[in-house]
Amino acid sequence: MTAYDPIELKRIRWRSRRGLLELDLVLERFFAQRFDALSPAEIDAYKRILDLPDTDFLDVVNGKADLDDPEEAAIIEILRAV
Amino acid sequence: MRAALQLSEAGLKTAVLSKVFPTRSHTVAAQGGVSASLGNSEEDHWHWHMYDTVKGSDWLGDQDAIEFMCREAPKVVTELEHFGMPFDRNADGTIYQRPFGGHMSNFGEKPVRRACAAADRTGHAMLHALYQRNVRANTHFFVEWMALDLIRDADGNVQGVIAMEMETSEIVVFQAKATLFATGGAGRIYASSTNAFINTGDGLGMAARAGIPLEDMEFWQFHPTGVAGAGVLITEGVRGEGGILRNSAGERFMERYAPNAKDLASRDVVSRAMVTEINEGRGCGPNKDHVLLDITHLDPEVIMSKLPGIREISIKFAGVDPIKAPIPVVPTCHYQMGGIPTNYHGEVVVGGKPVTGFYAAGECACASVHGANRLGTNSLLDLLVFGKSSANSMIDFIKQQPLELPELATSDVERSVARVERLNKQTNGVAVNDARSAMQRTMQAHCGVFRFKDMLAQGVEKILEVEKMVQQTEISDKSSVFNMARIEALELENLIEVAKATMISANARTESRGAHVRDDAPDTAETPNGRDDANWLKHTLWSRDGNRLEYKPVNMQPLTVDTIALKTRSY
Repeated sequence: MTAYDPIELKRIRWRSRRGLLELDLVLERFFAQRFDALSPAEIDAYKRILDLPDTDFLDVVNGKADLDDPEEAAIIEILRAV
Repeated sequence: MRAALQLSEAGLKTAVLSKVFPTRSHTVAAQGGVSASLGNSEEDHWHWHMYDTVKGSDWLGDQDAIEFMCREAPKVVTELEHFGMPFDRNADGTIYQRPFGGHMSNFGEKPVRRACAAADRTGHAMLHALYQRNVRANTHFFVEWMALDLIRDADGNVQGVIAMEMETSEIVVFQAKATLFATGGAGRIYASSTNAFINTGDGLGMAARAGIPLEDMEFWQFHPTGVAGAGVLITEGVRGEGGILRNSAGERFMERYAPNAKDLASRDVVSRAMVTEINEGRGCGPNKDHVLLDITHLDPEVIMSKLPGIREISIKFAGVDPIKAPIPVVPTCHYQMGGIPTNYHGEVVVGGKPVTGFYAAGECACASVHGANRLGTNSLLDLLVFGKSSANSMIDFIKQQPLELPELATSDVERSVARVERLNKQTNGVAVNDARSAMQRTMQAHCGVFRFKDMLAQGVEKILEVEKMVQQTEISDKSSVFNMARIEALELENLIEVAKATMISANARTESRGAHVRDDAPDTAETPNGRDDANWLKHTLWSRDGNRLEYKPVNMQPLTVDTIALKTRSY
């Protein structure tokens, strides 16, 4: 994996603190298990997902809704599995 | 944000500091709705709402504040509608209202439809409506800033806050003519909590360090069945569908506690039984700290069709498929009734007098409208009513002030900077995770939903030991940019203040009232259900200095109507 701006990575980490406990728990596991192996393009996709409102974000993580963008959908698949 | 809107629209220069983007605060988790006696579906009256709230509070709520809130409710809900809140509607275009636990018509006679909701996203919709409106009103948002400490001058007047920009760790003074805390609750003091990770009671920690007492901190609302180790709720509907609670021996223990209702007994009874099983060594898991909710005997088809969400939650957060294995559950902390003492004008009150320049609203504040137990949908109402009333008080106060800001008092600033410096320089210290986990386990075991005299007394000793750990936390990452380790260490310094306040206040209050339930409080004719009005109809005030406890009377005098007289609380 090519280097990703380390400052940006820390910002992403903080922005993964959410208003809903369920998301906090899923994202905590995601960081512990999967985040470090992501490519820069995958991290970009994850960043875009972080812009979702919490309620929509939880709906896609719970499989009640899907995202159209294939890169974002691939990240959601990882989040659903952790 | 409700207060900020009022201030900005009055033309005042308003800064909102927030750890996270404002629409991602924990209010987003509020689903049920906001209550107001609009009477859109059937007859309703604010006086009935007031009665329900006083009764729900187990008479610990201040009746002036409760009357004010219930009378204001229709106005603030209608205002919110005008701000663009997408409430569910009736065919005639009025706001749709649904029934909610504890809300009744005609002074407790029968359930009434009083809750206004936007589908199951009321909190989310409210945050968005208020945020958009604030942007339009030119409120200045400082996002990803963490307030560290309150600034008070030699006379105790509040001059603003010291805050840290997370991106740079730069520490900056925000001097203000008036300062409002709307920093939410501190549910993360418990091992099992429904609260998001950001709910670390920062405003309560800051207030306590600045010499402001915390009121009624022994009162926390719990839900009987959260997934052990995670806190995500398992709806009580699972027991309604035939779910059975079992201890480590596999015994259906509710048969002993409630021979008729068994697993369908009320929340209090179920919680109490679960905690008793755990305390008596019949808990499950390696730490014997939870019980099991068993639905393996149900037809998988029923689970799939009637409880699909529960199966997902269980698989995701407990790691078990409830079709094959029981779900580990534990009583789980949900809402904090106590907080920074205020009056119904949102002014922080200490020693009977307002603290000049300091205001609080929402879960961090104690007006006190929730008393010993909150009614569902009254928490969003609390935000709207007291957000607005505190802002109006701030506007009046600011108008009387000279244009120039007074000279800044520096001693609090120095103390705050020294606190961060201590953390940065600590060696041979304690890991933040270890200290936090010790605090959460202590609170859960010694001061949970059901409380025992000896456990509380030991809990006080233990939490003071944990405080020593918190004073020696060490972080290995000393970097400046978005240093989460530093942020979490600072959050823990706020949580521990709340934990101490809770444990010490709970240990002292020897009665049972509302959400504070003790095993040793006798149920007699004079003290029904353990409630001892002769000795304990009063608010607790815990001060950080020497862990001092004082008490103040409950305000039993409403603004315009007669006192709602003491009665046994039963539904």
